[in-house]
Amino acid sequence: MMLIPCPWCGPRDDSEFAYGNQAHIARPSDPASTSDQEWAEYLYFRDNPKGPFAERWMHAAGCRRWFHVVRDTNSHVILQVYKVGEWPDPALGVGPANKES
Amino acid sequence: MANQSNRLAAGGRVDRRRPLVFRFDGRRLQGYAGDTLASALLANDVHLVGRSFKYHRPRGILGLGSEEPNALIQLGRGNRTEPNLRATQIELFDGLDAHSQNRWPCLRFDVGAVNSAFHRLFPAGFYYKTFMWPASLWSTYEEVIRHAAGLGRAPEGPDPDRYERMHAHCDVLIAGGGPAGLAAALAAGRSGARVILADEQAEFGGSLLGDDDVTIGGTPAVDWVAEVVAELESMPEVTLLRRATVNGYYDHNYLTIAERVTDHLGVGLPTVPRQRLWKVRAGRVVLATGAIERPLVFRDNDRPGVMLSTAVRGYAVRYGVLAGRRPLIVTGNDDGYRTAFALADRQARVAGIVDLRTDPIGPLVAEAKNRGIEVLAGHSVTATHGGRRIEAAEIAPMTADGSGLAGSTRTLECDVIAMAGGFNPTVHLFSQSRGKLRWDGERAAFLPGTSHEAEVSVGGCAGTSSVTQAIKDGIKAGLDQVRALGHTARQPAAPAVEEHGQGETRPLWLLPSTQPVGRKGKHFVDFQNDVTAADLMLATREGYRSIEHVKRYTTTGMGTDQGKTSNVNALAIVGQSLGVDVPAVGTTTFRAPYTPTTIGAYGGRDVGHLFAPTRTTAMDPWHRANGAKFEHVGDWMRAWYYPKAGETFRQAVDREVTVARNGVALLDASTLGKIDIRGGDAAEFLNRVYTNAWAKLGTGRCRYGFMLKEDGMVMDDGVTTRLADDHFHMTTTTGGAARVMNWLEEYLQTEWPEMDVRLTSVTEQWAVASICGPKCRELLGRLCSDIDLGNDAFPFMAMRDGTVAEIPARVFRISFTGELSFEINVPTRYGLALWEALMTAGADLGITPYGTEAMHVLRAEKGFIIVGQDTDGSVTPLDLGMDWIVSKSKPDFIGKRGLARPDLHKPDRKQLVGLLTEDPTFVLPEGGHVVETVKPKPPMAMLGHVTSSYYSPSAGRSIAMALVKGGHARKGQTLYVPLEGRTIPVTVAGTVFFDPEGSRRDG
Ligand SMILES: [Zn+2]
Repeated sequence: MMLIPCPWCGPRDDSEFAYGNQAHIARPSDPASTSDQEWAEYLYFRDNPKGPFAERWMHAAGCRRWFHVVRDTNSHVILQVYKVGEWPDPALGVGPANKES
Repeated sequence: MANQSNRLAAGGRVDRRRPLVFRFDGRRLQGYAGDTLASALLANDVHLVGRSFKYHRPRGILGLGSEEPNALIQLGRGNRTEPNLRATQIELFDGLDAHSQNRWPCLRFDVGAVNSAFHRLFPAGFYYKTFMWPASLWSTYEEVIRHAAGLGRAPEGPDPDRYERMHAHCDVLIAGGGPAGLAAALAAGRSGARVILADEQAEFGGSLLGDDDVTIGGTPAVDWVAEVVAELESMPEVTLLRRATVNGYYDHNYLTIAERVTDHLGVGLPTVPRQRLWKVRAGRVVLATGAIERPLVFRDNDRPGVMLSTAVRGYAVRYGVLAGRRPLIVTGNDDGYRTAFALADRQARVAGIVDLRTDPIGPLVAEAKNRGIEVLAGHSVTATHGGRRIEAAEIAPMTADGSGLAGSTRTLECDVIAMAGGFNPTVHLFSQSRGKLRWDGERAAFLPGTSHEAEVSVGGCAGTSSVTQAIKDGIKAGLDQVRALGHTARQPAAPAVEEHGQGETRPLWLLPSTQPVGRKGKHFVDFQNDVTAADLMLATREGYRSIEHVKRYTTTGMGTDQGKTSNVNALAIVGQSLGVDVPAVGTTTFRAPYTPTTIGAYGGRDVGHLFAPTRTTAMDPWHRANGAKFEHVGDWMRAWYYPKAGETFRQAVDREVTVARNGVALLDASTLGKIDIRGGDAAEFLNRVYTNAWAKLGTGRCRYGFMLKEDGMVMDDGVTTRLADDHFHMTTTTGGAARVMNWLEEYLQTEWPEMDVRLTSVTEQWAVASICGPKCRELLGRLCSDIDLGNDAFPFMAMRDGTVAEIPARVFRISFTGELSFEINVPTRYGLALWEALMTAGADLGITPYGTEAMHVLRAEKGFIIVGQDTDGSVTPLDLGMDWIVSKSKPDFIGKRGLARPDLHKPDRKQLVGLLTEDPTFVLPEGGHVVETVKPKPPMAMLGHVTSSYYSPSAGRSIAMALVKGGHARKGQTLYVPLEGRTIPVTVAGTVFFDPEGSRRDG
C-alpha cells in the first residue's frame, strides 16, 4: 500500500485517498463551442504512460482536499506532490506542457 | 502407545518432563513440549505422513520448517479443522489431533497409488491435454479427477475463532530472528530506534537452534541467542514477535505479519485472538530470512526417509530425535559433513558420505576419514529402494562432468538419506518488494540484486553461509538503518564466532543414473505437485521456453509451498535441457503471502455484523420496538414496513398506502442526503450543477432539481431550499449522498476554486419525520403554533422555521407521495422525541407509520422516479419525459454539452413509460424484459425492461414503469413480458397512475 504525502496532512496510507486520474485536464471554458470530438476527448481520453504521470488525488478520509501527485506508474515512486493551482516540476516531463505540445 | 524409539536420551530443546499425548490418523502417540508435530512423529519412527498429489506415492517429512512440501496435515475437527498445515511448523500440544491428507481409504493402503502404476496417464500438461479431449469424454474423467485432486478439506461451518488486525509503525522492521536478524535488532535497538523483530518460529535463533557446532563469544550459539533476546526484551522501543511470519511486502515499505497467537496452545484464550495480522509501515526494512536447503534430484528421491540434510541435523540437535540410525549423506558441499558428524555423535552409524565433488578437500573431509566414515567422492545416487520407508540406495562413480556414470553400482543400506544440495537464499520478500534478483554462478543461487524499497538483505538470504559474516552484516545493517533515519548509531561489538565453513558447492542439478530420465523411476523436482525432471524435459521438447510457461504447464512451483524447495532445481533443469544458463530461463516472481495464511487473519474483526458499518436513524429504537421489518439502503437500515399481527407483507403495505392517501401517515426520512451550502456564489453554484435555474428562487422556497454528469446522464435528484440569500439546504437521494458531496467538492476545488461556496454534509445532523395525507395539516397544527399552516401562508414547495412539539424545526412543504405532506427536520438528538410526539398527537387521527415499501408504492403511483432504480447511468432527463427541468436559457451547466449530442435526441432511445398488465392483479417482476414479438424461446429482440413494479391499492391494480425503446411514441401499444412458462401482455401507458390532475397536493 502506497504512502501518499497529503500536502495538508502529511503522509497517509493510500486507503485514505480517492483517485482522480490524470491531472491538468481543464474543463473547456465554453463547452458549447466544442466539437463532439473535442468534448469526447475532454471527457474520456486520458494518457496511460508507463513512468511519471501527473494525477489527481483526494484525501477522502482526511482533509478532503484535492491535490496533485506526480507518480511513476511503474515503480510507484512519488516524485512530486503539489496543490491545486500549482504546476509540476518541468524536469519531470509531465503535465500540461506535454499535453498541449 | 509408541515409545519414542527414535528419541535420544538427552539433548535438544524439548522438555522431557512434560510429555504430551497426540493422535495421528487416530493413533495415540507421545511427544514432548517443545516438539513440532514433525519431530514428534519422527521420534516415534513415523516417516510416512502423506500421499503425493498426483501419483499417491508414499511421502515422508522432507524439511524442518516452512519449506516443507510433503508433510501436509489436516488439523483439528469440526469448524476449527484446517487443511494443508505443515507438520514441521505445528507445535505439539496435549490432545493434538492430526490427520494425513490425500489418501483413501488409508495412508498405508491407498487406492490412488494405482496412478503410480499408470503414470503415463499423468504427463506434463495432463490437465491441459485432458481439457482438449472431446467434451463428452471429459465428463467421464471429471468425477474421478475431482475425487483424486485437491489436498485436505475445508471446514463447512463459520470460523468460531476471533482474529485481529494490528496497525503499527516502526523505524526498522527486521524479518527473521536468526544470527543476522538478532544482530541487526541489537544494533538498531541499542541506538534507540523503534524496532519490530518478527520470526516465524516459536523461538528466536533461526539456524542456530539446529546446530551444535557453532560457538559465539566462546559459548554455545544458543546461549548468545538467549543473551541477545533478553537484552532486546528489556528495550521499551523493541517489539519481539514470535510465531510471526512476515508474509507480505508491499509498496512503500508496507508489510504484513501473520502472528499465530494461540495455535500452539490447542485452545483459544478469551483475552486474545487466535491470530493477528500486523500491518506495518516501516521506515527501513532488514530482511534476514535465511536460506532453504535444496533437495537433490536423483531417481526415486521421494521415498519416506529422504530428507534435507539440515533437517536431519536439526531434528537431532534441536529435538533430540534421530530420524534414522543408519543415515546416508548425499552432499555437494561441506555442510553435509556437519550432519554426518552431528548424527555420528548421537549414536548413528553413518552409512557413508556420497560427495558429488570429484576431489573434496578440507578439514571436514579429513575429519570424516579420521572418524572412519566412508567418503564416496564423485559418486551419484542411481536408485533407491524401499516402500513406505527408504531401505537402501544404489550409488556409482560419475564421469568428471557429472553427466554420466563411470563405474558399476553398489548398494548401501540406509534408513535415512540426508540431501545437502546447497542453499537457496530466501529472497521471497525481497522479490515481493520488487527488488531485482541476480544469479550468482559461483554460489549457484539467486541473490538480492537491485533494491526497490528502503531495505537491505543480510545473512543467509543475502547468500552468506557463515554465521560470522551474518552477525557482522547484521550489525552493520542495523546501524546503517538507524543512521539513515537520523538516529545516533551505537555500535555493539561483533562477538567472536567459531564455526565450520561450507566449502565449495558443486551444483549438480540432475544426478545421473543407470536409466535415462523418465524410465523406471522418477526424479522428483517439485514434491508437492509431483513434478519430475522428465515432465520438465517433456515441456521443453514440446516447445516451452519461458519458465513462466513451463511452470504453468507442468505446475512446478505452483503448490501451497510456492516451490520453496523446487524452483531453482526446476529452472536449472529447464536451462540444461535448453542448453542455456539459468538466468536465460528466467526467474520466478514470488508473491505474497510467503506461507499460506488464514482468511480469518486477513478478515480480522470485519466479519458478521461488523463486516460493514450500519447506519441507523434517531428513530431506529422506535422502529425496532414496534416490530418494523428493515431493509438495507446503502449502509442505512431503513424501516421497510410495519406488519401488524397476522398481516402479510402485501397486506401491511396496502394498509400503510391506504392510510397515507386517506388519513395521516408518518415516514422516517432521516436518511435523505443533506448538504448545507453557503457563500456569496451559492446560487450561481447551484445554477451550474443543476439543470434548471436557481438564481431567482426566493428565500424560504424549495425547488426540485436534476444533477447530470458531464455526459448528460442523470446522476441524482433532490429538493433544494433557499434558507437565505447566500444559504441553501440541498437534499440528495439516500444512496447518492456521499457521491454528490464528492462531486460538488471536486468541482468547487478543481474547476471553480474562485467561487465563494462552502459545503457541509449535514445528513446526520437532521432527523426527518415526513407526515402525509389529508389529515396531516390537522396533526401538525396540534404540535406547532408558530407557523401559519394555511395553504396560502405556507404554500407547496415552501419552507418555514418554527417549533414542532416544542422542538426547533425546519418544516418543508414538499411531497414524494402526491398528498399534502410536511417534512419536519429537527436536530438529530430530538428525532425520537419528535416521532413519539407525532404518534401520540395523531393517535385519534389514526396516524400510521409507513416504511420504504409503501413510500415506493406511493411515489410510483404518481410516476415519481427513483434515480438508480428507474435510471441506470444511461438515462437522460429527456428519456424520462422531463424536458421541462432542463433549462434552455442557461449558457452552461454540468451535462448541457453532453446532452447536446444528437444521439441523445433520437426517438428510438429507451424512454420511461408506464406498463399496465392485461390482468390487473398480476404484478410484473422488476427486471422483466419487454419485447414486441414473442418467439417460442429466447433470444427475442428486447425493447427494454421493467424498472419499478408494484400493486397499487390507490389505483386498484398493478402498475409498472419500464424503459422501452421509443416508448414515448408507443402509448397504447400492446407489448409483452415473457416470463418462465408464460407471457404477460402489457399496454404502454403514461407514468402517472393516480390523481393525474395533482388535486390532492394541497390537502
Ligand atoms: Zn489531507
